[in-house]
Amino acid sequence: MSGTLVAGWLSLAAARIAAERAYLTELDAAIGDGDHGINLHRGFRTLEARLAADAAEPDAPGPLLVLAGRAITGTVGGASGALYGRALMRAGAALEARSSDRPAGPGQLVAVFWAAVDGVATLGRSRPGEKTMLDALIPAAIAFEAAGAAEADLATATRRAADAAEAGALQTLPLVATKGRASYLGERSAGHLDPGAVSSALILRALADVAAERA
Amino acid sequence: MVALVLVGHSPELLSGLRAMLAQAAPETPVSVAGGTDAGALGTSAPRILRAVRAALADAPDGAVVLLDLGSAALALEMALDDLDPAERVRVRVSRGALLEGAVRAAVEAAGGGALAAVLAVSEIPPGTDKLPDDWPADGRPPG
Repeated sequence: MSGTLVAGWLSLAAARIAAERAYLTELDAAIGDGDHGINLHRGFRTLEARLAADAAEPDAPGPLLVLAGRAITGTVGGASGALYGRALMRAGAALEARSSDRPAGPGQLVAVFWAAVDGVATLGRSRPGEKTMLDALIPAAIAFEAAGAAEADLATATRRAADAAEAGALQTLPLVATKGRASYLGERSAGHLDPGAVSSALILRALADVAAERA
Repeated sequence: MVALVLVGHSPELLSGLRAMLAQAAPETPVSVAGGTDAGALGTSAPRILRAVRAALADAPDGAVVLLDLGSAALALEMALDDLDPAERVRVRVSRGALLEGAVRAAVEAAGGGALAAVLAVSEIPPGTDKLPDDWPADGRPPG
């Protein structure tokens, strides 16, 4: 994974979120406070501007992810900003901690993926099945790890992760939320998709599409 | 002196509260972190970190943090993770209600209360002394 791939990913994710912001907000209005799409859009727009201004070392993916995480925590607001920010910052730190100078392939990125997902689980005190981002992120990490073990290339591994995230997001439909704002609704949260799981899948699909373009 | 840090989703809410505290306890240092860096409703870990550091710089005896809603706790925790160990030991986070807790805490801090005492008064359940004792328990207007 190179710095240009990370920059391309974040930029495509920003465009996808911009395109889907009304849908994400509609999902959040059903079970939350109705601002998920707007908040993420604002955060990713700021992030793009900051990346454009600060891209001193375009080939350093770790620092780029940390910078992105900081921008997101500062501008998205609420739980999703903290959780996405933590995920990106943990991924960046894990990537920086690698000793090799060569761009990392899927096998080496498995630990980076899990560092991001663990960051979300730890900060949110959440587990899969609670109608959160983790219902997309954990299946994605498992699929990515399996692809890495099978020595798939990055485009394949990220595509499988995105497929798993989308399937996981759809499976939040019948779940009852026990974490976050949606948990105030209790049983009434069932029958709606979790906005955070949907946006997680959207962001991972952007990664897969950028990896496929550059394969 | 102990300082207060107010963390919340709305900058306007916090600036109003800060004005009330300045009247009730002008000596108590108060820092606020309200809204996102983009000026929208929400919380920002970098903004919270700056507010906590400003409070600690003003107050050798430490700082008590109050927050408006539970969803601010994630950004707060991220901010506190970035403190140095020497800073962390001087920070306490209150489970108390933002408005009532901050007023009690500011007055306690202005009176020279220690960190534990300021934290303790901030966590007194709100509403216990808001209305006269003879007010009907079910909330109906008296009489």
